[in-house]
Amino acid sequence: MEGRMRSVVLTKGVPDFSEGAVSFNEEGHLERGKTPTVMNPNDEVALEAALQTKVRHGGHVSGMSMGPPGYASVLEEAMESVYADDSYLLSDRELAASDTWATAITLCSALEKYQETVAEIDLIFAGFKTADGETGQTGPQTAWALERPIVTHVLALDIDPDERVLRAKRLVEGDVDEIETVEAPLPCMVIADPEFSPTYRKASHRLTHKRLRGETEERAADHEAHLTTWNHEDLNLDPDYIGLDGSPTIVSSVDPIPKAPSEREATMIEPDDGEGMERVLEELQPYAGGD
Amino acid sequence: MAASESDQAGQEYEHYEAVVVGCGPGGAAAAARFADHGVETLVLERGTEAGSKNVSGGLIYAEDSAPYTIDDLFENFREEASERPVTDYKIHNIAGNKVKTYDLTDLHEHDTDWCDAVLRRPMDSWLEQRVHEKTSETGGGVLTDVRVNGLLRENGEIVGVTCDELDPITADVIVAADGVNSELARDARLMDWDEPDEWFQGVKATVEMDGETIADRFEIDDEEGVAHLFSGDLFDDVRGGGFLYTNEDSLSIGTVFHLDSLVAEQAEPHQLLDSLLTHPLLAQWFRGEYREREYAAKLVPDSKKVAHKEPYRDRLVLVGDAAGQMQAQGPIIKGMNHAVSAGALAADAFVVSRGNSDPESAGRRYAKMLERSGTMDKLRPRRYDVARTVGERDIVANAVDRVLESPIGSVAVGNPLSKRAMKRAYNSPFLVSMLPDTSTGYVTLPSIIGEEHGRTIHWENEVEPPTLEERIGDLTYDTDVGNPHIRLQDESFEASGDAVYACPVSAEDFGGGCYRSETVKTNGSEETLVSLDTQPCVECGTCAIVADTEWEHPRGGKGVEYREG
Repeated sequence: MEGRMRSVVLTKGVPDFSEGAVSFNEEGHLERGKTPTVMNPNDEVALEAALQTKVRHGGHVSGMSMGPPGYASVLEEAMESVYADDSYLLSDRELAASDTWATAITLCSALEKYQETVAEIDLIFAGFKTADGETGQTGPQTAWALERPIVTHVLALDIDPDERVLRAKRLVEGDVDEIETVEAPLPCMVIADPEFSPTYRKASHRLTHKRLRGETEERAADHEAHLTTWNHEDLNLDPDYIGLDGSPTIVSSVDPIPKAPSEREATMIEPDDGEGMERVLEELQPYAGGD
Repeated sequence: MAASESDQAGQEYEHYEAVVVGCGPGGAAAAARFADHGVETLVLERGTEAGSKNVSGGLIYAEDSAPYTIDDLFENFREEASERPVTDYKIHNIAGNKVKTYDLTDLHEHDTDWCDAVLRRPMDSWLEQRVHEKTSETGGGVLTDVRVNGLLRENGEIVGVTCDELDPITADVIVAADGVNSELARDARLMDWDEPDEWFQGVKATVEMDGETIADRFEIDDEEGVAHLFSGDLFDDVRGGGFLYTNEDSLSIGTVFHLDSLVAEQAEPHQLLDSLLTHPLLAQWFRGEYREREYAAKLVPDSKKVAHKEPYRDRLVLVGDAAGQMQAQGPIIKGMNHAVSAGALAADAFVVSRGNSDPESAGRRYAKMLERSGTMDKLRPRRYDVARTVGERDIVANAVDRVLESPIGSVAVGNPLSKRAMKRAYNSPFLVSMLPDTSTGYVTLPSIIGEEHGRTIHWENEVEPPTLEERIGDLTYDTDVGNPHIRLQDESFEASGDAVYACPVSAEDFGGGCYRSETVKTNGSEETLVSLDTQPCVECGTCAIVADTEWEHPRGGKGVEYREG
């Protein structure tokens, strides 16, 4: 079919920071071992952008992530939500403790290998930033390494497959927030803004969406069959330039931010404490006039 | 993928051969028939799943004489989508604690191939799956969470639909199966919402009871079910009655009243339901246990008055409740079966008239098929039109009531001989179809029968139904915050005060309902005003008729979501 788009979505597993799931030790440091891993929340938006592209133009979406073998579950989650066709996990001890630079180098090599061995990529999607690192650097650095144009803070997306042009509305934050409309040639990289929302105003698009959902349920149930794992040798990467050794960033220490002490004093009064309730009324009396 | 059609301005619209609005039984039947004929069909349903917006009593009939029945169109319907069959049908004439019960099985079985109790969420969501499978094969499918909000016209002629969630879509035929509050029927000016006497309103409680207990208390086995009707003085003077049907593991218990009577008596629908639930007669089944799964409400068109004889305009055809195709006469209530017939006939009509350049040829043929299949005469019996002119004149009705209530009349009805005659009369489809809609049939006669022939019920009913606040609290809503779907046009009590009573989720002196009345003091004078909060709305449409409102459905997927229906 004319205009089919080949997309790769970059996603990352992050600690589940939600109440009840996250675990901190006595010094206030995150206990990764005790905290479950979930898909980075901002990546869900990137996935939605990739899905919109697949629904509107047809094609193929691959999920890609760098991390320990357990991140396969994140890719499985991605497959379910983006109806991805397959998953690529970049996993290797040598890759551990990479900073954004080393991660970008690794992702770049994997994307190049994908182009050489799988298919030419039209679009790469990534989330705005991760919930653990919060740098927002990995996406742009990867685009730089790949020498691809990048469009960030994308709110809405439209692709002209014949002209091979992407048109996007992007949020420009400043003294006054503005929405800019830009064009970029394909292939390129798209960073979805957390405010991105997919739109499906055509019945045929919604029917496609529904069909893909049905097809994905079966595929995701057999995720391993659609998962490819690459290590640093597969990617032909020198261990000196990846992982901890390849990471110029040094995190010297992490200081927990102490909780602000409560400035208000609370007095507890039981509802059936008559005397106490009277004191409450007395306290409130001066404000009863509505002033 | 859908082809596109463009208007004069060069605007490209998506085009489907058939667009069906609403995936209830009428829409499902139409879509299934379209798919059988190979027609590319798009079905648009505003609920988050079909059935989430639907309520019925509910019994679905398969009539021997019907052109189509639901199991003709959907294989395994009875095994997979319905509850228990009705094998036992009774009416209880109630006067105080005295009850006289007649077996109505003969009437019930007249022209009935089978009849099953249904719950609409499980039934309609099952239909949606089947319809999606069928229509996907012919290039279409079912989309949920899409609200069709009006008709698309070109040069004044209907050519498609407009939606909240989608760009306009054109079609060769549009089937409006969008229910009793059809926005399309109103947009086409085929139906209006003006007269309370053209409508009934029903409220229903789905009550939990496991299958074994049902079998035990109703003395039936697993493959059997009962239908009980209730009439007489337990609803004071409000014209209507109650029902109880057995599902697999719940009971559907409800009341249905003429809307004009509810309004005239300033009756609270939920309280009338409670009168039934707390009547000693029901204690034998509850045995002091009562857990309500869901409270629901529905407006019901009275087909005798509003079934449209020519339910079409241009490429638009109306099906089911949207066309007023709801037969309610005496104790018989049949709606879904007629919607199924109508939906299937509408699709057939389109296919046989395809290629005709006159856009109304499908509609005209559909109307003819409704007539020829006998469906229209069931909906609007000719003999009712004759009887009505006599029966509904107040003077005649009052005179009949007075005679019945007099010692002579009571003796006549109470006569041991008339006992048999009365049961025969109830079981005569012919007589029942002539019953005028006065309180004679609903209140006076059953009360006298109960009083004269009835036996006193000694059960103590200790059931305490939930309050209206609790009932609303138990419903599921996805509120479209800041975007109310009903606007009050006139907040004076004269214009809109009836809604405070007639709305099934409002009540006098209840601050948590949709409609509230409040006394406002202005410049020394007092005025009673009506205010509206649409959050608890169950989308029945009652207020659109009894109050001065601008009424629309909520956007796709928003508003109330029934789990039982």
